Amino acid sequence: MSVVKRVSLIFKAKANKQLDRLEDPRETLDYSYQRQLEMLTQVRRGVADVATSRKRVELQMNSLQQQQTKLDGQARQALGSGREDLAREALTRKSALQTQISDLQTQYQSLQADEEKLTAASQRLQSKVEAFRTQKETIKATYTAAEAQTRIGEAVSGISEEMGDVGMAVQRAQDKTAQMQARAGAIDELMASGALDDVTAQPNDDIQRELDQMGGGHDVDRELERLKGELGQGEAPREIEGSASGPAGNGQSAAAADQPQAGDGS
Amino acid sequence: MIIRILGEGQLTADDGLARVLNELDARLEAAVSSGDEAAFRPVLAEMLERVRTAGTPVPADSFEPSDVILPYSDASMDDVRGLLSEDGLIPG
Repeated sequence: MSVVKRVSLIFKAKANKQLDRLEDPRETLDYSYQRQLEMLTQVRRGVADVATSRKRVELQMNSLQQQQTKLDGQARQALGSGREDLAREALTRKSALQTQISDLQTQYQSLQADEEKLTAASQRLQSKVEAFRTQKETIKATYTAAEAQTRIGEAVSGISEEMGDVGMAVQRAQDKTAQMQARAGAIDELMASGALDDVTAQPNDDIQRELDQMGGGHDVDRELERLKGELGQGEAPREIEGSASGPAGNGQSAAAADQPQAGDGS
Repeated sequence: MIIRILGEGQLTADDGLARVLNELDARLEAAVSSGDEAAFRPVLAEMLERVRTAGTPVPADSFEPSDVILPYSDASMDDVRGLLSEDGLIPG
């Protein structure tokens, strides 16, 4: 049997199984309606969860972008004081952050799309539930239990399919949101630990690291050239206090470049 | 005929669409049985696009069950296998 036929049959069978049918068909209507209201609550909660997740990713993106701006400033400062090694280090870190930012951008777009889809599903279900409530009252008022059987069977099957569809959309969005929350949590921890500042601390395999370094290296070279060009045409290299004697340790140098010096910003 | 695209709702389309869907379905089947994800995705995308173009949304007060139910637009082959499994609609 074809894929589509099997998907259709199995989905319908599952959707119908979701709803227990009661002995009095009119009670089935009321019961189904209760389930629909519960599903509406669930789908609305799903929309809210996705929105929360999207906002969190947005905050992280902003924070990483700020860090990039800071590193860019440090690279300029370092180059201005003739410390190309420091500038290279800052630009390398900036380039490493770009990977995280691109990843977050992808997540953000995906969450935004999910939010739109779920919102649409929520509105669709709400219209269906309202229509069902009207039909339910008409059926109950017009038909006896026996007569109502067929009409109710149809309405309940139709709404079960809708509920199965929306329920699955909510479930998928929740699964995805949970995954993204876990990743967002990991990024928060990385940011807090300062590991994102250090390009060698990326948890990649060896080959990927080499590839990243190759790609990153080109970017850094290009950036260095750009900065040199800018500084060459524009302003003269800025003096940084103590840069002539130069601190010995690399860590100290980075710390020195981190803080604005007295001679800076003239 | 009434077609449901999972995650997008029901559409009603002329019965003539069934022929187009059957042809695409055969290609989808071939992709799934040979495990060819690269072939699977564009066929599913084309299928959904044909339905969206040819169909009009079913009004809210209609409770007719669908004749055909199609996977959601970003479904992978694994997702489709999940749709074909005997597990309940909503896990857990």
